[in-house]
Amino acid sequence: MAGINKSTIARKVAMALSGLFLVLFLAQHLTINFTTVVSPSTFNELSHFMGTNFVVQAILQPILIAGVIFHFVMGFVLEIRNSKARAVSYKKFNGAANSTWMSRNMIISGIVVLAFLGLHFYDFWIPELVHKYVESHPDDPYRYYDETIAKFAGDPIRTGLYVFAFIFLMLHLLHGFASSFQTLGAKNKYQKGLAGYKSGTSKLIRNLTTAYAIVVPMGFVFIALYHYFNNL
Amino acid sequence: MSVLESKIPEGPIEKKWTKHKNEIDLVNPANKRNIDIIVVGTGLAGGSAAATLAELGYNVKTFCYQDSPRRAHSIAAQGGINASKNYQGDGDSDYRLFYDTVKGGDYRSREANVYRLAEVSGNIIDQCVAQGVPFAREYGGLLDNRSFGGVLVSRTFYAKGQTGQQLLLGAYSAMNRQINRGKIQAFNRHEMMDLVLVDGKARGIIARNLVSGEIERHSAHAVVLASGGYGNVFYLSTNAMGSNVMAAWRAHKKGAFFANPCFTQIHPTCIPVSGDLQSKLTLMSESLRNDGRIWVPKKEEDAKAIREGKLKPTELGEDDRDYYLERRYPAFGNLVPRDVASRAAKERCDAGYGVNKTGQAVYLDFKAAIERYGKEKAFTSGHKNPSEDEIIKLGEEVVESKYGNLFEMYEKITDQNPYKTPMMIFPAVHYTMGGLWVDYNLMTTIPGCYAAGEANFSDHGANRLGASALMQGLADGYFVLPYTIGDYLADDIRTGEISTDTEEFETAEREVKERIQKLFDANGKNPVDYYHKKLGKIMWNKCGMSRNEKELKEAMEEIKELRDDFWANVKLTGKAEAKNQELEKAGRVADFLELGELFAKDALERNESCGGHFREEYQTEDGEALRDDENYKFVSAWEFVGNPRDAKLHKEKLEFDNIELKTRSYK
Amino acid sequence: MKLKLKIWRQEDAQDQGGFQDYTVDGIDGDMSFLEMLDVLNNDLVNDGKEPVEFDHDCREGICGSCCLQINGEPHGPDRLITTCQLHMRKFNDGDEIVIEPFRATAFPVIKDLVIDRSSFDRIQHAGGYISVNTSGNTQDANSIPIEKEKADDSFYAATCIGCGACVAACKNASAMLFTSAKVSQLALLPQGEIEAHDRVLNMVHQMDKEGFGNCTNTGACEIECPKGISLENIARMNREYLSASVAG
Repeated sequence: MAGINKSTIARKVAMALSGLFLVLFLAQHLTINFTTVVSPSTFNELSHFMGTNFVVQAILQPILIAGVIFHFVMGFVLEIRNSKARAVSYKKFNGAANSTWMSRNMIISGIVVLAFLGLHFYDFWIPELVHKYVESHPDDPYRYYDETIAKFAGDPIRTGLYVFAFIFLMLHLLHGFASSFQTLGAKNKYQKGLAGYKSGTSKLIRNLTTAYAIVVPMGFVFIALYHYFNNL
Repeated sequence: MSVLESKIPEGPIEKKWTKHKNEIDLVNPANKRNIDIIVVGTGLAGGSAAATLAELGYNVKTFCYQDSPRRAHSIAAQGGINASKNYQGDGDSDYRLFYDTVKGGDYRSREANVYRLAEVSGNIIDQCVAQGVPFAREYGGLLDNRSFGGVLVSRTFYAKGQTGQQLLLGAYSAMNRQINRGKIQAFNRHEMMDLVLVDGKARGIIARNLVSGEIERHSAHAVVLASGGYGNVFYLSTNAMGSNVMAAWRAHKKGAFFANPCFTQIHPTCIPVSGDLQSKLTLMSESLRNDGRIWVPKKEEDAKAIREGKLKPTELGEDDRDYYLERRYPAFGNLVPRDVASRAAKERCDAGYGVNKTGQAVYLDFKAAIERYGKEKAFTSGHKNPSEDEIIKLGEEVVESKYGNLFEMYEKITDQNPYKTPMMIFPAVHYTMGGLWVDYNLMTTIPGCYAAGEANFSDHGANRLGASALMQGLADGYFVLPYTIGDYLADDIRTGEISTDTEEFETAEREVKERIQKLFDANGKNPVDYYHKKLGKIMWNKCGMSRNEKELKEAMEEIKELRDDFWANVKLTGKAEAKNQELEKAGRVADFLELGELFAKDALERNESCGGHFREEYQTEDGEALRDDENYKFVSAWEFVGNPRDAKLHKEKLEFDNIELKTRSYK
Repeated sequence: MKLKLKIWRQEDAQDQGGFQDYTVDGIDGDMSFLEMLDVLNNDLVNDGKEPVEFDHDCREGICGSCCLQINGEPHGPDRLITTCQLHMRKFNDGDEIVIEPFRATAFPVIKDLVIDRSSFDRIQHAGGYISVNTSGNTQDANSIPIEKEKADDSFYAATCIGCGACVAACKNASAMLFTSAKVSQLALLPQGEIEAHDRVLNMVHQMDKEGFGNCTNTGACEIECPKGISLENIARMNREYLSASVAG
């Protein structure tokens, strides 16, 4: 880790790697969540496994949390350094002329996602810890589905917040996922800018990352809305 | 024997340079560390000289007025660089390159120098490739060549339309390596204000820090001037806005002779002047003349209607067009050399047939080429009965593949589509063959003061061939000067550091400051540009593409008057001790106002027409240049003696032992 | 055309600076943007006021001197051009034009619109070269054939004019496009391979030391680059940097 702060490129690479790791995690999270729509019992099984398996709990979970913390702390570090790189700012800066909103506002979409993470922890993780370690309830492999659904049922505000956050996650991914390949030095031929939808890193990377950036957050949105409307 | 000692080595021409290198004195590596050299200007010649001198071990200080050496105007050269590599196997050789250059220069250059230039030309390409200059290559991975005007072989190496840029960045990178080693100290945003002589030898310069306005003293054992040409004496030229003659002119006033100032190249294919407030002219590559046909309307009333916007060129039928180059020079047609093409355009415009709002432009028409290429393309692709539209479409594609980027540039500047309407072009000042007189070692008449690149007069005679400027700049800087300067410096190994706390530096600095003060003390009526534009008009109208005795005499008077008016009435703003672009311009224009007069005098004294110098009195019956080898086969080297008009002429006789003198004819 | 100009004026590096309003009249569409400023300056000098200082030299888009941020974009609204190649026909009568210097901490203002880009030079000093002496007996230029595609890519990277538009356009004031152009040019050629590792490490180190920001791949640099230098070069530099770091 010592080398990470030694150059702009090293910092960016660390950012890209942690980002990619989180992107992978999202896929896993979405897969499990999706089972709530098709098979509550599978959801319960998987949740129970994740919540009790030693490897997941003692090794993967801390890595994930470290990854999240690293990614956002580094994001702030970069933002501060970058604003120092232009001590006197422009009176008029027409960023829209040459780059996408997403690429210029990763800090904003990132903060929204981070705030959402707070809410999400408040909703699920903290109650889970309390349930397991503070109140020391016995294992109940069937509780997860109902607990989860209960959060959305009859709560339009929470559902709305989730949807809002996932839209920002999408914006974050639309730039971030493709960007990480560029940072890692993927061999690409570009047409015009990494940023635009129609162009960017080699077509394949661009199309795959764009599809992913839309499908995954929209999947979460779908699940939240599904349960909300199913429980009206 | 005159004071001009050219120091040309004895022996057969192809042995002279080797023999000279073997015989001149060298400075041993340990002693080089104790010797300082100042290089003024960081273009191809200055940048390459600075880097090479530093590699050899000398302590080099470079000076440029730009914010970085990389911005010197060598960067703007488009076409290419010649070298007698004979990679194409088309019979090229050092002799042929030498011959073409001497002939192209209308037999007014020094044989030995030109031969040396041809001899080292191949080394330049090797050196640049080793530095990472990305020259154009063929699919087989080897270097590509193109051909240029006035020669029968393909010897021009190029990097798209940016050859000058790539070569300059090569020299700049070589400099950077030495800066990183601490062997070059780069003084950017510094302008040389005067040369300092100690005991008759060049020992330093006075420079102005253009950011702080501070006047600084810098000493050295030798001073190299690589400060470029003086085309901006015409105000409008293809030179950079800041290109100036100050360094060379200051040296001239301190004793360096100025050679052939009237030899100026006027390039025929530039984008015409669009209005009075224009600041700069843009060149269109000479290659366009391969396919474009040049014409003006045959009838004066048509030309008038076009100028007034009532008639479009495309509406004019073939019979109403005058393809005057094809008419006058059936053998070479649109491909006559630069000087001939330029004069012919001026002749038509002066006669009232010019187009554009100003009447100062001629057409360069690609319609015939588009049709020709279109038909060929249709035929080769098996299209038997193509319609008119299809032919034009195919033809435009071919033309685009050849000249696309130039057409784009033209459209950006003029907002006209050259595929649909003919381009307009007009000649513009481009390069100055004249410059400081130097001997075979590139030393001026001031001991220890050298001149390299466009700043010296040496290799192009009265007219320069395309793609030869880059060659000469780099030859001087990489391969000639670093050797020859050792011959002089060998006597300086015991001199020790030159102190700047001497009377000579003191006086020079005081004079510079007084001169600046004098500019501020003027009455403040007219801005600097007012004078520069006026000077440019005089130069263009009376010392331009064709000259005559009466007008040259008028020009000398008018320039003198303008100079007096300038010193009495110029208006400056701001302070001397701060960044001040008006002051920078004023200093440069002040020198142009002196050089201009010498320019006119030189043109007046040279009673012949040769190369870029055309005297109306000396022409054949059908209006061609009439050279006078009997009386003017010499270099005019002018010694400053108080006033430009009183300059004293010294003649360096030119000997042609290896080339037979002939009349250039393009009929 | 008559135009309203809002121009950044700053006495020297120490001065705070601020905007001033000017009006210019009689502007023709065929004039370049800098010629429009010449008109303004001529008026100012005639009024005995100090003209607006701006860097410019070749006025044909190759020297890289001009560096104006016009209405929030480096070199103005047009593409693939420098300020000197921007023509007034891109504007309309009565327009207000905001003119600022390129802004970055590593590009301090010297005066008005003139900035100090010596940080770019120092990045080049750190390794933007191939270590070869001028001897006159370097091996023949054709002794190492180079694949045309690589030679062309190297050339495209080498067309950088060092104007700083990439830094100016970047919301982070990052100099990655500039630095990567030189790294790429030399890394693509066999001549440059030998020093490739040291070069990329040293140049990036210097780039960071100068205080340029981090690249976040917005791509603005490429869009605003007058020479259209590709983002591909940044990816290549990242690659070079990573392999050099791994190699130690």
